[in-house]
Amino acid sequence: MTRLMLLLLVAVLALFLVSLTLGPADVGMGESLAALFDDSYGPLTLVMQEIRLPRAILAVLLGGGLGLSGAAMQGYLRNPLAEPGLIGVSSSAALGAVLAINSGLAAALTLGLPMAALAGALAGVFLVMALAGSHGSSLSLILAGIAISALAAALTSLVLNLSPNPFAANEIVFWMMGSLADRSMQHVWLVLPFVATGAALLLTLARGLDALTLGEDGARTLGMNLNRLRLLLVIGTASIVGGATATAGAIGFIGLVVPHILRPFVGWQPSRLLWASGLGGAVMLQLADIAVRVIFPARDLKLGVVTALVGAPLFLHLIYKTRKGLA
Amino acid sequence: MRRLFGIVLALSWVATGAFAGPTRVVSMNLCTDQLAMLLAAPGQLASVSYIARDRRASAMADAAMAYPVNHGRAEEIYLLKPDLVIAGAHSTRATTEMLQRLGLRVEVFQPANSLQDVRERIRRMGEILERQEQAASLLSAFDAQIADLQPVGGPLPRAALYAANSYTSGPKTLAGQILEAAGLSNIAAELGYERSGKLPLEVLAMAQPDLLVGTSPYPRASRSEENLAHPVVRHLRAQSASGQMQYADWVCGTPHVLRAIENLAQERRHLLEKESQE
Repeated sequence: MTRLMLLLLVAVLALFLVSLTLGPADVGMGESLAALFDDSYGPLTLVMQEIRLPRAILAVLLGGGLGLSGAAMQGYLRNPLAEPGLIGVSSSAALGAVLAINSGLAAALTLGLPMAALAGALAGVFLVMALAGSHGSSLSLILAGIAISALAAALTSLVLNLSPNPFAANEIVFWMMGSLADRSMQHVWLVLPFVATGAALLLTLARGLDALTLGEDGARTLGMNLNRLRLLLVIGTASIVGGATATAGAIGFIGLVVPHILRPFVGWQPSRLLWASGLGGAVMLQLADIAVRVIFPARDLKLGVVTALVGAPLFLHLIYKTRKGLA
Repeated sequence: MRRLFGIVLALSWVATGAFAGPTRVVSMNLCTDQLAMLLAAPGQLASVSYIARDRRASAMADAAMAYPVNHGRAEEIYLLKPDLVIAGAHSTRATTEMLQRLGLRVEVFQPANSLQDVRERIRRMGEILERQEQAASLLSAFDAQIADLQPVGGPLPRAALYAANSYTSGPKTLAGQILEAAGLSNIAAELGYERSGKLPLEVLAMAQPDLLVGTSPYPRASRSEENLAHPVVRHLRAQSASGQMQYADWVCGTPHVLRAIENLAQERRHLLEKESQE
């Protein structure tokens, strides 16, 4: 366990350094890292401090948050297919963000954009949980997720197409696939409280999720307040996904792939999976963000393309495995 | 004899102008709208696209108020009973093909990618409207003004075009040629862009342009324009002289590009004066 944590932590740090030295501007590794601590405000310092550093920090922050929320949802629903991106929470958050931008709320209030995304995410989680039921089958969960994703995506496209701004319609790809290109430190400060609050809430659920492996009745006998657990889960997930989506668009599959890979290493224990998935999510999003920059350095390939290429086959595999449950 | 010749010429012009040319012309593209409004005879142009009235996109929004507008849909165009439809290459193929199947004459204009293209478009618009003389005088005025604007010698400050969604334009685009005509060198050309493409913010920051020519955001915000508010862009704006791209003057291959060139040439002069003072 501790060895796994250490390993993941080292990977997060190593990838963070790699991420800082990667970019379309062709600069040597030592030179660019030195510019990070420079206060000359020359062009390279500007690039390092205002473009690459926020990008690297956001990859860790958002990846960690998405991995954690995936592990928490799967623990609560006891279903390996529950992932914010797949069940429509990210798309609902994107709808909230798009509405905030187009209504002017995002420009009027500093926290307008992430708050609106959070509201969208809350509505999404709430709807999924209500439609699928807390001990619903995989089938009802997936159907509810498909319905909510489709509806949120359609409404997002509708809002963007109706916008009088000629550029708005181009954004559909960003909101559906996600990207960390050209973010700034402002985005880091904007998203940090949301991800931190969400993560703190979800990490308090560790004991409750362990107890839930015995079933709801078993958890109740152990003295767990399941209503409180569900409320914290909903708020925590919405806070993370809302913040993440507001800054980087909807990035799917991280909360699916990471817990799935790490589960055997933590002895199938939901409480330990939370921590591990947080670190693992940071590793995966950093890898994806490095991949998009290595494959097409200048073209802003979207993150969702890479995560879906990895995640979709795994998703199909999981559905295949749970086929009996679906029948 | 001379006077007689003149009268004959005038009569024949009136004859061609009044009878031979198309009499009910519908334009369904912002750029052809403007060329048509500049060249058409009174009453010849029956409708322009609704975008022609959009002050941000159209350099002739006021003039367009005098014409009924269309939305580029086959049905409404057909019901206008035109004898000539002028479309841009961006009009949907389905629409132009449908109009052709319905027996209408449709002329399609490709977007202009150079100042030479602008001259060609003016000439062609004159031809299809049968207003060659107007086109010829517009052309000669255009050429004279370009020659006036051409800066004589002096250094070429390095400028960057940076628009929404981080787009920049290379030398083989109209925007790139506007930059060149104003006596500026394009950093997109240094970086190997020929046409338009995404310019990563990092690359822009490292290139250190003397002049950042950005677009002013639309009043209704969109995320695509967020790149223009990035701290790095603001920093570059503060340290470089920064021009503004007025969409209306830049977007179409019409004589209005002259205004864009003139504004940029002025920016260039300010920049050079500032440098000589330092």
